[in-house]
Amino acid sequence: MTTNAIDNSVLHQAAESAPISLWRRFYWNVRRELWENRLIYLAPLGVAAVFFAGFAVSTIHLPQMMRAAMKLGAMERHGIATPYDITAGLMMLVMMIVGTFYCLDALYGERRDRSILFWKSLPVSDTMTVLSKACIPFVVLPLLVFAVAVATDFLMLLLSSAVVAGSGQSAGALWHALSLPRVCELLLYHLITGHVLWHAPFYAWFLLVGAWARRAPFVWAFLPPSALCFLEKIAFNTTYFLDMLKYRLMGNSMDVVMAHGAFPTDPMTEMTPLRYLASPGLWTGIFFTAALLMVAVRLRRVRGPI
Amino acid sequence: MACIEARGLRKAYGANMALDGVDLRVDEGRIVGLIGPNGAGKTTLINAVLGLISYEGQLRVLGRDPWSERDRLMNDACFISDVAVLPRWMRVSQLLDYMAGVHPRFNRPKAEGFLAKTSIKHPSKIRELSKGMVTQLHLAVVMAIDARLLVLDEPTLGLDIIYRKQFFDSLLNDYYDGNSTILLATHQVDEIEHVLTDLVFMDHGRIVLQSTMEEVEARYQEVIVHPERVAEARALKPIHERQALGRTIMLFDGVGHQKLATLGEVRTPSIADLFLRIIGDRAGQAQGATR
Repeated sequence: MTTNAIDNSVLHQAAESAPISLWRRFYWNVRRELWENRLIYLAPLGVAAVFFAGFAVSTIHLPQMMRAAMKLGAMERHGIATPYDITAGLMMLVMMIVGTFYCLDALYGERRDRSILFWKSLPVSDTMTVLSKACIPFVVLPLLVFAVAVATDFLMLLLSSAVVAGSGQSAGALWHALSLPRVCELLLYHLITGHVLWHAPFYAWFLLVGAWARRAPFVWAFLPPSALCFLEKIAFNTTYFLDMLKYRLMGNSMDVVMAHGAFPTDPMTEMTPLRYLASPGLWTGIFFTAALLMVAVRLRRVRGPI
Repeated sequence: MACIEARGLRKAYGANMALDGVDLRVDEGRIVGLIGPNGAGKTTLINAVLGLISYEGQLRVLGRDPWSERDRLMNDACFISDVAVLPRWMRVSQLLDYMAGVHPRFNRPKAEGFLAKTSIKHPSKIRELSKGMVTQLHLAVVMAIDARLLVLDEPTLGLDIIYRKQFFDSLLNDYYDGNSTILLATHQVDEIEHVLTDLVFMDHGRIVLQSTMEEVEARYQEVIVHPERVAEARALKPIHERQALGRTIMLFDGVGHQKLATLGEVRTPSIADLFLRIIGDRAGQAQGATR
């Protein structure tokens, strides 16, 4: 049997057929994903639109809230800032849900509808295919939900300013109290540290299961880990595996930030990127992600239509 | 130069040897018909040639090892398989954009030219097209690729006769230029007979016959034997004898045309007949042996 290491042939390709660069091929593969999975951008936009509509109705109470806050002397951030935290939270949730379902289907759907035979008839390597699919939860989704969150926050602030100014109060105080640029900065930091880098092994695992499963990738993704937790509990009465999964899911906010608020985008939060980069959990996660993706590439090569 | 060269090619699925030591050489510029009964190993051979499955033995396609260099091989080779495999969610325009984006040899204006001759609209989704139209679309895309090897695995399966005829007509008239190689597996033997330059019969994972069409025509003769000369004809050891409409028809392998002409009416057997005689008999023998 002829076997090879994970094909590095992608690298040779550019030299050979000069007209199409590696990056151009990659770009078109990512675009292809967006054509196929429109939910990637429709879900954040839809959720943001619904939330904005709800917020617009709630601005009726805003002048009253502002007056109450002013009376207290100092601007109370809470209450006024809550909707902006909700935007951020909703976008994180959308990203996790869309990312999970996208990854489970990415390498499974093409086998189920047999289109893998078409994709494999093109000069695109398995490595590039898997990486372009991994690019969705690692790059496209976080940037997209970030952009949608910032746009929504900005629109909400504009609307609030108009309402507040209309009631004869100063909109400037509102802008000052919310410190939107700082909130956006923290959101981006949180998305990269908490949702991309820290959760990366989950997405890589989902991609792998999608490339491997003959049916029901969703069940295969969740059942074996659950069974493992259960078995460990019964056999040894310990919960190391479950704790590990929990730790991986909930994140290590200890290393990421010096938390002063309850929410990751609280303006008082201090970012500690160096401590985060030095945390071993980050690097074991990245190591596992790389290993899982390599297995996914191999599976993509071996597996045919179902 | 050899376009495809296989030596001792093997592939097992469990206990079943899908390819059982295939030796095959296809030179560039040939149109090869790969013919065999269901389960003969045609698709397995094609999948190996395209780098879709691993295999044992030696295989070079356009000078490359397909399994480890599939993506580079696909710069020069393209492929249409038995069922419509174009992604159903895609729009025709997206397909053309994507092809132009990833394939260095894809000629978009050429593809659009082919599509203009059909009723396929650019904004249509592939799921909205009929089966015949999807095949037309796939053919238009593939013909716009300046490839050195085109592999077709039952490309017209499930199409009506009009689409089938169109498919092979445009393949020959618009695509084939004498330089590229075409490997074609099909059951509809009679429809492609006039197209082929070479013939490969497969059965039970092995190649039973590989020959050019000229060789086939020179070697195999079918004779409608005069009733009074039957005994004489049998003495020449026909590889097959059958009765049709009260006449005796015999198939000879490697007996001179002149000698046969004295026995009756000589004609070239159709590929379908040849296939039935050579492979059908083998299957019959195999069945007899297991009994």
